Amino acid sequence: MARVDVLMPQMGESIAEGTLSKWLKKLGDEVKRDEPLFEISTDKVDAEIPAPAAGTLVEVKVLEGQTVPVQTLVAVLETEKGAAASPATAPAPKAAAAAPAPAAPAARPASVVPPKGDGTETAEERLRKKSTPLVRKIAAEHQVDISVIPGTGFAGRVTKQDILGFIERAAPAAPAPGAPVSRPPSPVPSGAIEHPAAEPWPRDRVEPWSKIRKITADHMIMSRRVSAHVASFFEVDYTRVAQLRAKHKAAYAERGANLTYLAFIAKACAENLRKHPVINAAVSGDATIFRRDINIGIAVALDWGLIVPVIKHADELSLMGIARAINDLGERARTKKLSPDDIQKGTFTITNPGGFGPYAGIPIINQPQVAILGVGSIEKRPKVITPPDGSDAIAIRTMGMLTMSYDHRVVDGADADRFLADVKAMLQDFPEGAV
Amino acid sequence: MPEITYLEALRQGLWEEMERDERVFILGEDVGLYGGAFKVTEGFHKRFGESRVIDTPISEAAIVGAAAGAAHMGMRPVAEMQFIDFISCAYDMLTNYVATARYRAGLATPIVVRGPCGGYVRGGPFHSQNPEAAFLHTPGLKIVYPATARDAKGLIKSSIRDDDPVIYLEHKWLYRRIKEQLPPSEGEEILTPIGEARLAREGTDLSIITYGATVWKSLEAAEQLEQEDGVSIEILDLRTLLPMDDAAIVRTVQKTNKVLIVHEDTRTGGVAGEIAARINERAFEWLDGPIMRVTAHDVPLPYAPTLEDFVLPQTEDIVKAVRWLAAY
Repeated sequence: MARVDVLMPQMGESIAEGTLSKWLKKLGDEVKRDEPLFEISTDKVDAEIPAPAAGTLVEVKVLEGQTVPVQTLVAVLETEKGAAASPATAPAPKAAAAAPAPAAPAARPASVVPPKGDGTETAEERLRKKSTPLVRKIAAEHQVDISVIPGTGFAGRVTKQDILGFIERAAPAAPAPGAPVSRPPSPVPSGAIEHPAAEPWPRDRVEPWSKIRKITADHMIMSRRVSAHVASFFEVDYTRVAQLRAKHKAAYAERGANLTYLAFIAKACAENLRKHPVINAAVSGDATIFRRDINIGIAVALDWGLIVPVIKHADELSLMGIARAINDLGERARTKKLSPDDIQKGTFTITNPGGFGPYAGIPIINQPQVAILGVGSIEKRPKVITPPDGSDAIAIRTMGMLTMSYDHRVVDGADADRFLADVKAMLQDFPEGAV
Repeated sequence: MPEITYLEALRQGLWEEMERDERVFILGEDVGLYGGAFKVTEGFHKRFGESRVIDTPISEAAIVGAAAGAAHMGMRPVAEMQFIDFISCAYDMLTNYVATARYRAGLATPIVVRGPCGGYVRGGPFHSQNPEAAFLHTPGLKIVYPATARDAKGLIKSSIRDDDPVIYLEHKWLYRRIKEQLPPSEGEEILTPIGEARLAREGTDLSIITYGATVWKSLEAAEQLEQEDGVSIEILDLRTLLPMDDAAIVRTVQKTNKVLIVHEDTRTGGVAGEIAARINERAFEWLDGPIMRVTAHDVPLPYAPTLEDFVLPQTEDIVKAVRWLAAY
């Protein structure tokens, strides 16, 4: 993909600098050519600066309110043209292995992925984690991790009021100083990850990692190191769901929602997570946080990586509401229109590779959650059934596997299997009134 | 108590010191018979006579030089610059000679160089300047800049009594705009200490550090922001720029944690930069946002009224900056 630099324009002969007063587009937004990208003010003349090309806003170099000299790099757009990265410009493999990937060439909806302390963070990411000297001082005095506090300031910065309010609210709940709530949610137990170097062979293509790929890679390794992964497999008879789906699909479609198996599965999880709070939880230091809200993340595979938008308060939604939410989040993920809020605060995750045909898979937990459900392919299979008269028979049933990986530090096998049994029971006898 | 203007307060201060101490005398262009371009010294010639109220040739270097010589001989001269813009003609005398005299020769130079400064009066580039930054960089000088009638009086009296050279900047836009009730001369004696800032407004969310005319612009902005946004703004009026009241600056930063510096002078190399540097050195750990500035643009002040409004910091510029910083 081609990258187009956006520079601070010269708005008059004698004007040496300009103040970026307002961003009209967010990181990850698509922009058309000549669509207003940001506002600047130079010596009180305000102007909207149009995008020099169509593309995606992938890098923001200047914050709102910052004053920079003309010709300073303000942003980078990534155009759709020239999608293939030229292998000739790829860095030498040894350098790539030793150092973090250079500036990400792939599309990067960076505002929707958690920031990483790998030195490639943007000013906004740094601000979100570090805030200001005062907030850092308060954080040190109270041993609070700034990154766990919700920020209301510029670019999500934690303000003085945010941290003081957080400490005040945490104080009565914390039985002792240094309460676990103030610890980082997911400590990595040992040192940085080193990838073994590999030699590219002639005619191989070397592609440096995009930011999203790097974050995904680090998160996956971190999760495998942090959690004691165990998996349970349940076979589910979806025959009833298939019947309900056939019956109501058209009515849902009329109302603009796609009634999928995934919607039924998400609904069954949402209904049962409340009964099994340890599945809807997070680990923080030496404590378990039982989440009050039930927010189900749905993994979406994109051409440029994986993203997990979240259905907030899934337990409060009807099947129609869940079906709509899945459609909406998937659509916005594919069109890069997710907001940072859309991918935050998940409490449980479902990943559904079933459409690609796997019998079952073992997913990796999305930290700091404690469980993730994987959905296997759903197809007609022979199944032994026992009617009420006791005569066994082999029947053609719509079957599929559910796999759940869970963190055995806090979720015991019995907890996980009870939850899955409830989910399975609901799916096999799905109440018609809920459709 | 009688209500008097900023200009009248300054006049009273001069008068009282002339009455109190016969070593005090005034020199400058048209200060005698004419009573000064702005009538600050009206009636002085008649009361104190031509040996103590001296009309000089049009030479700022000569005025300051003569004042310095008299000061060395034990006098307490007050030299008027008809417009402070022309103090640059005496720059050599002030920086090379006056500011260094104590160090070089052990000579005290108790002079006051005063004059009308500042814009907002459509005065154009030669009659609107704020020259403080040029002298802030000179060790050996003191600079005061009153914003209120009380300080106009209190600071001229303290400046005259100071044993070192003081540049006294009086804002011509405030001359007749500011009216305050002050005790009469025979009542309380007003002496504003040099080197001490004044809390012009108490607040909790954000501090504006300023001086001169922009104290009033800031007060106006603070009232508006309190009503419209519920933001509580503290305003520190520096009053003395050299020596700067670091303790007062640090106190307000520690209290509100956010700082906007406002001055009427141009931006680059202005006093705001020095204040920001001091905050960084002394109160960095208390900052909850970047130190921001509202100043004039880096251009000579235009004649055209619309352009003057455009270049000088206005109340709405302060409101805008505060809103940004408050939300940071």
